[in-house]
Amino acid sequence: MSAPKFTTLTARCVVLPVIDIDTDQIIPARFLKVTDKLGLGEKLFCDWRYLDSGAPNPAFILNQPEAKGVEILVAGHNFGCGSSREHAPWALVGWGFQAVISTMFADIFKGNSVKNGLIPVVISPDAHAALVALRAKNPDLEITIDLPSQTVSWPGQTPLMFPIDPFSRTCLLEGVDELGYLQKFQPQAEAYEAAHA
Amino acid sequence: MSSSPQTLFQKIWDSHVVAEEPGAPTVLYIDLHLVHEVTSPQAFSVLKERGLKVRRPERTVATMDHSIPTKGGYEAADELGRIQLRLLEANANANNVRIYGLNSVQRGIVHVIGPEQGFTQPGMTIVCGDSHTSTHGAFGSLGFGIGTSEVGHVLATQCLLQRKPKTCEVHIDGALRAGVTAKDIILAVLAQIGVGGGTGHVFEYTGAAIRALDMEGRMTVCNMSIEGGARAGMVAPDDKTFNFVNGREFAPKGAAWDQAVARWRRLPTDAGAAFDKTVTLDASTLEPMVTFGTNPGQGVAITQPLPLPSSLADANERAGLEKSLAYMKFEAGKPILGQPVDVVFLGSCTNSRIGDLRAAAGLLKGRKVAKHVRMMVVPGSQSVKQAAEAEGLDKVFKEAGADWREAGCSMCIAMNGDQLSPGQLAVSTSNRNFEGRQGKGGRTVLASPLTAVASAVAGRIADPRVLMNQS
Ligand code: SF4
Repeated sequence: MSAPKFTTLTARCVVLPVIDIDTDQIIPARFLKVTDKLGLGEKLFCDWRYLDSGAPNPAFILNQPEAKGVEILVAGHNFGCGSSREHAPWALVGWGFQAVISTMFADIFKGNSVKNGLIPVVISPDAHAALVALRAKNPDLEITIDLPSQTVSWPGQTPLMFPIDPFSRTCLLEGVDELGYLQKFQPQAEAYEAAHA
Repeated sequence: MSSSPQTLFQKIWDSHVVAEEPGAPTVLYIDLHLVHEVTSPQAFSVLKERGLKVRRPERTVATMDHSIPTKGGYEAADELGRIQLRLLEANANANNVRIYGLNSVQRGIVHVIGPEQGFTQPGMTIVCGDSHTSTHGAFGSLGFGIGTSEVGHVLATQCLLQRKPKTCEVHIDGALRAGVTAKDIILAVLAQIGVGGGTGHVFEYTGAAIRALDMEGRMTVCNMSIEGGARAGMVAPDDKTFNFVNGREFAPKGAAWDQAVARWRRLPTDAGAAFDKTVTLDASTLEPMVTFGTNPGQGVAITQPLPLPSSLADANERAGLEKSLAYMKFEAGKPILGQPVDVVFLGSCTNSRIGDLRAAAGLLKGRKVAKHVRMMVVPGSQSVKQAAEAEGLDKVFKEAGADWREAGCSMCIAMNGDQLSPGQLAVSTSNRNFEGRQGKGGRTVLASPLTAVASAVAGRIADPRVLMNQS
């Protein structure tokens, strides 16, 4: 198992403008009985994506032809709130997403995402509104996410800086394995334990 | 030692720093790691792949709660659930980790048994692959939820990489009126700040209303901190905290107890310590609260009409409210009181402790659950179940027509066989009313145990104060 890497991405997007999308919508709890990470992409947004009959809901964005090959999700404010389930980024990555753009992410979701190579990109409400409006006119709109310069841009938009934890950024650029990094501190952990025994 | 006044959070954080490298997050020591069947399998797999073992098994505790059925007599709702439960058992045993397994008489919801067995203690750092780990902050500890990758980190190293969050004081003064509970406090806080209001922060709950709560009430409040986006919620420890912990199986004993209490007494936030943000609320103005929408921040006082989307200036918020009301099949501007109820769920790590069951049984005694309502009572742990049965609470529930179950997460998460049918409306004492949370197409109204009982008896969403005045 190697650590996820990310440098730059230029890709098309889909827009799911709903605010406060919780992890139960991203991947409902009944699919959390898996003991691996496989197959969750098929269940992504399951209850919005499929009708009661099990057939794809044609009104849902991921079922529309324009969603084919898309790698960026543009979502409403406070994306990923709710539970700590890492199954949420596993499902998004499993579907094929490599980045989510929103105006805010829930803390645990954000941490889980970067560990799986899914980039949470925060932009201002104004930039978000402009992006959504532009995308509505042009389904082929391509967005570029550049991790080295920590910017996001699209045609007509000068690159916008987005915040990302510098350590997470380094890990993603260099493919650093966080567990391996933590293991290096075992002597300090032992000293801590000795001092607090 | 720094001489400037510090918050409870800061004291715990500072005393758990193992290492700090420039540019990198803090390496934080974790005192207690709680593990359950749903968020741990992939973490144990990583350990196995790398030939690692759990580094501190004695600081790790496993229980089965999410997938486990509450019906009794059989092992899991389905084959996948069975595999998951068996795998936890195998992983715990292979690593010498204590496990409260299928037949344990102390098994229960992870956030119920931590405090109940005395694992949860003031001043600790506590994590679990579960967002409601915030519950443990009621003891003046720092408890927060982590993802499965981090579960692996803690299993392997007993440490975690963390950026220091900001602090927010949630100051709640005043005294609660009759029929209004800890659950109503937290639902009111969430209605005020919204589900993203605490993002990036750790809450410390202060004020007379919090001090007046018993430990169970404080756990209920801290439990739902995550519903406001805060990863942790904390309450300064006091004599109530110490009395609760004292004598429990894993609490310090003898001289170690006295030393621990002396240490814990230094934890509360110093006078003059600064928070990054403050939220205030007057508990004396509160009424019983219910949610009407599809996130826990969409709550109203039970006597109030539902909000009108037109009252919201922001177009996205307006769309969100319209979507929620449409899913819930509720009409804006209309009262929520009197809405017909199909199911009442009394349980979950928010409200399934003995005090919750006592309060509920006290109001239900001598009354009946309305004929068309299915009421489920699910104790938070097998220990709570036994205590309730010793007091005869189970009889009160059964005589009223409610279903008395074995411990587990049950219908809070609907992955264990307990769930709503599409379209059903439940009044639930749990913590999440997300679309489909309690079963695909199910509609959830979050409320206190008292409101749940009043609604079960009336068969409609009902104000518990009316029923209380009849007795
Ligand atoms: S009772 Fe509900 S919220 Fe609590 S741990 Fe179980 S599933 Fe999570």
